[in-house]
Amino acid sequence: MKPPSFVYHAPATVAEAVEALTAAGADGKVLAGGQSLIPLMNMRLAAPGQLVDINHVAGLGEITAEAGGVRVGALARHAEVEASETAFAAQPLVRRALRLVAHPAVRNRGTTVGSIVHADPAAEMPAVLALLGGSVRVRGAGGERDIPAAEFFTGPMESSLRTGELAVSAFFPSAEGGTAIVEVARRHGDYAMAGVAALVAPGHARVACLSVGAVPVVVDVTEAEGDWTRAAELVQERIEPEADIHATADYRRHLTGVLAARALKEAADA
Amino acid sequence: MHDVTLIVNGVPRHARVPARRLLSDFLRHDLGLTGTHVGCEHGVCGACTVLLDGRPVRACLTFAASVAGHEVTTVEGLADGDRLSPVQRAFAECHGLQCGFCTPGFLTTVTAFLRENPAPADDEAIEAVAGNLCRCTGYQNIVKSVHRAAELMAEEGP
Repeated sequence: MKPPSFVYHAPATVAEAVEALTAAGADGKVLAGGQSLIPLMNMRLAAPGQLVDINHVAGLGEITAEAGGVRVGALARHAEVEASETAFAAQPLVRRALRLVAHPAVRNRGTTVGSIVHADPAAEMPAVLALLGGSVRVRGAGGERDIPAAEFFTGPMESSLRTGELAVSAFFPSAEGGTAIVEVARRHGDYAMAGVAALVAPGHARVACLSVGAVPVVVDVTEAEGDWTRAAELVQERIEPEADIHATADYRRHLTGVLAARALKEAADA
Repeated sequence: MHDVTLIVNGVPRHARVPARRLLSDFLRHDLGLTGTHVGCEHGVCGACTVLLDGRPVRACLTFAASVAGHEVTTVEGLADGDRLSPVQRAFAECHGLQCGFCTPGFLTTVTAFLRENPAPADDEAIEAVAGNLCRCTGYQNIVKSVHRAAELMAEEGP
């Protein structure tokens, strides 16, 4: 179908974008890559009255190395982040996870920060941000603040971003130790039925699971002490998967256990 | 209404359209370029794939106003006059299409893919077309077409 009509704003600066968003209030929505928003609009599941298109805002597409990680600007496309040696050097998990996000044609347009702000619990990048303990930098009329991943995701497609605030970047911390991400999808590039990102460092191990809760589910499995079968059981105890057309809740729980053990082993060997 | 000018297949094209006009409809309805096909209109089927500044994107998931000033290549822009591009010839030669509905999306996707990866392995060729649906061919001949196009391009040079 065709998207419903809306008032279109094309600000040239972050300040103008924040101003337009603030004026629009609850009626306003940010358009970056549009790879989640436009399908929702085409299917008439979303009908924002005003769109603030940030594609013409200069300086939002940067990918920069910072102390302890990499900062990804709100307009950096998935494909650019995937190809970025700066991002790869700071946190190789980012590239590996992005290769599981949809297809190249979608990654060429969709943005990594947009995917995080969309906060789909079935998506890879929110899980990666949650696993690494990253953060989202947002700008509002009152100034800028950094929201830690643990406080950012509040529900399915819901975040702690306030009305009138624009996410300007996300920060992915480097991590000591190894990381991995594995998932099972019916078709390559589809949303995964289950997926697990893992981080194993000396004296510490944790996973972030997708598609098994309202938000990415982070589970500390340090107490398993390298017994990844035991770690998988700990993960299965913590998750609350739901059934849908793609998989039953039990199957999701099973998959998540298998994938957790696999991801942890891969991360430990990395 | 918004004045939108795009460089389509090398030519500046203008239309006055509402902000909600999808790039796919801008090409088809406003410019009359009906080579770009619209299948699912939510980004799954890939039939509407065009090249935006040389890179494949879903025209149905892009607002025309949002990409004003950018370069778009549609399936109409792949051939050199009457001579089909290597990718188009490979699809014809290998029977990489039957009904042809999905073909514009495959041609644009594969054209961009082979520019980045001129000699793909079989799994790379399969992954390259994984975002495009075809209900006729069963994909085998499409994957053959990708390899054949790579051969033709290697023979003919840039």
